[in-house]
Amino acid sequence: MRAYLPAYDLQTPANLAEALRLLADAPGVWKPFAGGTDLMVLLEAGKLAHKQFISLWHLPELRGISITDDSITLGAMTTYSQVQTHPILQREFPLLCQAASWTGSVAIQNRGTIGGNIANASPAADSLPALLVYEAELELVSARGARWVSYQSFHTGYKQMAMRSDELIKAIRLPRTTNQWIQHSRKVGTRKAQAISKVCIAALAKIENNTIHDIRLAFGSVAPGPLRCVQTEAVLKSRAIDDATIKDARSALAAELTPIDDIRSTAEYRLRVAGNLLAEFLAGNGIDFHSDR
Amino acid sequence: MSTNQTQIVGQSIQRKEGRDKVTGAMRYVDDLLFPEMWFGATVRSPIARGRIRSIEFTGNLPWHEFTIVTAKDISGQNCTALILDDQPCLADKFVNHAEEPVVLLAHPDKYLLEEARRAVKIDIEPLPALFTMDDALNQTEIIWGDDNVFKTFLVEKGNVDDVWASADFIVEGEYETGAQEQLYIEPNGMIAMANADDGVTVWGSLQCPYYVHKALLKLFGLPPDKVRVIQAATGGGFGGKEEYPSMIAGHAALLAWKAGKPVKLIYDRAEDMAATTKRHPSRTRHRTAVNKDGKLLAMDIEFVIDGGAYATLSSVVLSRGTIHAAGPYACDNVRVRSKAVATNHPPHGAFRGFGAPQSIFALERHLNKVAATVGLRPEELRRRNFLHEGQTTATGQVIREKLDLDGLLTRALELSDYHAKKERFAEHNATNATQKKGIGFATFLHGAGFTGSGERFLESVVGIEATATGNVCILVASTEIGQGTNTILSQIAAEALRLDYEMIELAQPDTANVPNSGPTVASRTCMIVGKLVESAALGLKQTLVQSGLLTDDYSLDEWRQACAIYIAEHGALKSFSKYEAPPNIFWNDETYQGDAYGAYAWAVYVAEVTVNLVTYETRVDDFVALQEVGKVINPVLAAGQIEGGVAQAIGYALYENVVWDNGTMRNNQMTNYIMPTSEDLPPIRVFFEENPYTYGPSGAKGIGELPMDGPAPAILNAIESAIGVRVNCIPLLPETLMKVMNA
Repeated sequence: MRAYLPAYDLQTPANLAEALRLLADAPGVWKPFAGGTDLMVLLEAGKLAHKQFISLWHLPELRGISITDDSITLGAMTTYSQVQTHPILQREFPLLCQAASWTGSVAIQNRGTIGGNIANASPAADSLPALLVYEAELELVSARGARWVSYQSFHTGYKQMAMRSDELIKAIRLPRTTNQWIQHSRKVGTRKAQAISKVCIAALAKIENNTIHDIRLAFGSVAPGPLRCVQTEAVLKSRAIDDATIKDARSALAAELTPIDDIRSTAEYRLRVAGNLLAEFLAGNGIDFHSDR
Repeated sequence: MSTNQTQIVGQSIQRKEGRDKVTGAMRYVDDLLFPEMWFGATVRSPIARGRIRSIEFTGNLPWHEFTIVTAKDISGQNCTALILDDQPCLADKFVNHAEEPVVLLAHPDKYLLEEARRAVKIDIEPLPALFTMDDALNQTEIIWGDDNVFKTFLVEKGNVDDVWASADFIVEGEYETGAQEQLYIEPNGMIAMANADDGVTVWGSLQCPYYVHKALLKLFGLPPDKVRVIQAATGGGFGGKEEYPSMIAGHAALLAWKAGKPVKLIYDRAEDMAATTKRHPSRTRHRTAVNKDGKLLAMDIEFVIDGGAYATLSSVVLSRGTIHAAGPYACDNVRVRSKAVATNHPPHGAFRGFGAPQSIFALERHLNKVAATVGLRPEELRRRNFLHEGQTTATGQVIREKLDLDGLLTRALELSDYHAKKERFAEHNATNATQKKGIGFATFLHGAGFTGSGERFLESVVGIEATATGNVCILVASTEIGQGTNTILSQIAAEALRLDYEMIELAQPDTANVPNSGPTVASRTCMIVGKLVESAALGLKQTLVQSGLLTDDYSLDEWRQACAIYIAEHGALKSFSKYEAPPNIFWNDETYQGDAYGAYAWAVYVAEVTVNLVTYETRVDDFVALQEVGKVINPVLAAGQIEGGVAQAIGYALYENVVWDNGTMRNNQMTNYIMPTSEDLPPIRVFFEENPYTYGPSGAKGIGELPMDGPAPAILNAIESAIGVRVNCIPLLPETLMKVMNA
């Protein structure tokens, strides 16, 4: 442990209202601490710059999964383990369950939360591309009240979010509209498990008679945040799946992604493999796949 | 009770310390607490090379409460004594690699200690640094000695230059291997107590108690009886705790001496990965003359390793790599020219295999290229060149054992279903655009024990002592580091004395109590130390027989009685045995000719892979490891050694990439230094053949390092068979494969 522990403070408010009051009274002073699976790594390394935190882990208002005919709503503190074992999520939102199973280890999955994953805003986060293609909505709460926002526009830059410093993510709502779509995701990590992604894809599509009627595509680790690829989607809509379509989609995707070289991979690899993943998805649902060689 | 006739050697007997390890009862160095113990920390150079201008103690910290040690506090010689004494214990005027220790701190509060470590500012005037072997060889700067070269070797057999003109083919190739972190589970750590009256005592996680002992003697200028080194339970070493613990012990002892308190110095994973040794990166160039029948006519090999900033063990790593470079093949003309060069990386050091995995990788990749050039299958080329009894290795060592590499290869190819798979994969690859399957193998050897005259110079001694109850204690400095030393040495002693396994115990390695049986390295513990245990045990029995207390055929009760009587009369019953080289073993250090090792283990490893062309990832699907190791002492432990070594070598081949940034390791965390997990590993199917070696205990040879040598070339050979593209560097990451395939 390289951190100087006496310098840190972790408050545990009794309820959500108290937590929001703390945030409102001293804007920017307190930062939320959810499952801690990202923050504890920084603490251990002596690199956790912020020192004052509010624990959200025990707040009942941020827990639970509720279901209506139209949507399923996850409390922000829903863990990856809870996601994976939920029967409706398994049936209707398999990409989210799959992403939850990719994340860290079992211990991490017991502690890491969907709300925490969103707010940590890592471009490599496993669950966020799935939330993008499911067109999730977020409930943000503060002492001033609550509001619902679209997740599509939530990440505005590297670790930047459309959220005020006195707000918390309370819940994530997933519309139950994609059950009949073809669903696909794949993570390319540095190894099979306990790995951070080098590039990953989440995709939904409505395909009939080899024609794409609708498609939603999102990628991780290829931009400053998780990225919904609307330009590529536009290129693909109403097109028949053939070599020309795949080629056009690759070009559109390459224009949309802004990957970087980092400690885990290269921009060149991310760009090409993202294209391969897209082609693999399309080809798996249409013609035979030809590797881009 | 009647005479115990059960064979103990050859049985998978439970580990001596297994129960304590799985129940958590085992106490590692960080579990040990001493009254009034302080904690130590090391402040290191932030840059690779420069002149130290000043050291400042900044921030609002109670510096007067800290014990602060710099080079000025060293009473003896400022070095970490090893082969050459060029590595300072603490950098004084200059630093020569990033993470080089400069200042030591101790304080009772380990959290405040970390604040203090951050607040020490070492101001260094940068000097130009070298990070590549080419820059070192080209002498763009001189950073060590006159020419940046730690050591060179020349092995010559016949004359390669006479052959080139008449060869049907000349095949050239260049091969590179990267650094690799040992990744023992327990990071390095040491506790020291030290003062003028009692001298220096350290407890630590280490492989070689007498290496640490030697280093502390020089550092403090103390007589041998004033320095004591005790091995605590050690959670893995793989060579990573061969030489570096001498440095940490020195640091802990300097702090303890000045503080007047016991000091515990434990590295966390990040510090351990950034600062301590790794496997030497290497580059090998081959030039091979071969005739149209596939007979190797000449092998000209240039082997270079990156030693890092100080000499440490590079010369002996180079030696082993040099000797293994020509492999298990008979060739009349061989020249191996090798160099260990200096760079401003942290010193590279001992790691399982010790130079051999590097040069064997090159050779086993190169021979597939030779085979393709001649138009032979890889197995056929090897069959036409295998060593046989009576033939000589590159150093002129005559093979005196019954050696059947042909048979070993045939069996390995059968076990892996090599030929059928080769056909099946060709069909599969023709129709599958994204998944390409391949199978490949490597054929290799690994010498057990110190190289050349090493064992003669070591003159290892082993003791064995009986108690009045007839139980027996083995006295060795050979350490249990997870590989099974305690268990196999007990089996060997129990077998020699025909006693129960439970009657044998190991003394804690403690330089005040055990003789110097040599370092726990070089696949020598079973073969060399085990043989000494066997002969010391027989000496114990001989003493009782000669005293008339025992006949050659005895029961356990008669043994116990004899021990009790002898000890009542003489006070103690001990026997010591000292290493003597087997007859007909000669080595010439000047010419590098002769018997390089007492014995070799021989192996054929087969890897099956799938290369995914969507992601350029390679998955090893199946792995067969067949080896001839003399005699297997404990089948479960032996198979475990092989499986672990293969896993480690799969990491070496496909995953583990040290990311350097001006000589600093950037990915010094297990999140980003990618060691394969069980999810990434294939079934590892281990098979042994036995051909007892006369001078090993019950015929055993060494196996510890062997499994590190073969997997990387076998896997790369399999990848070539899958995609038809030749790649000759490891680690072979997906990013590299993508570039090569799209070049």
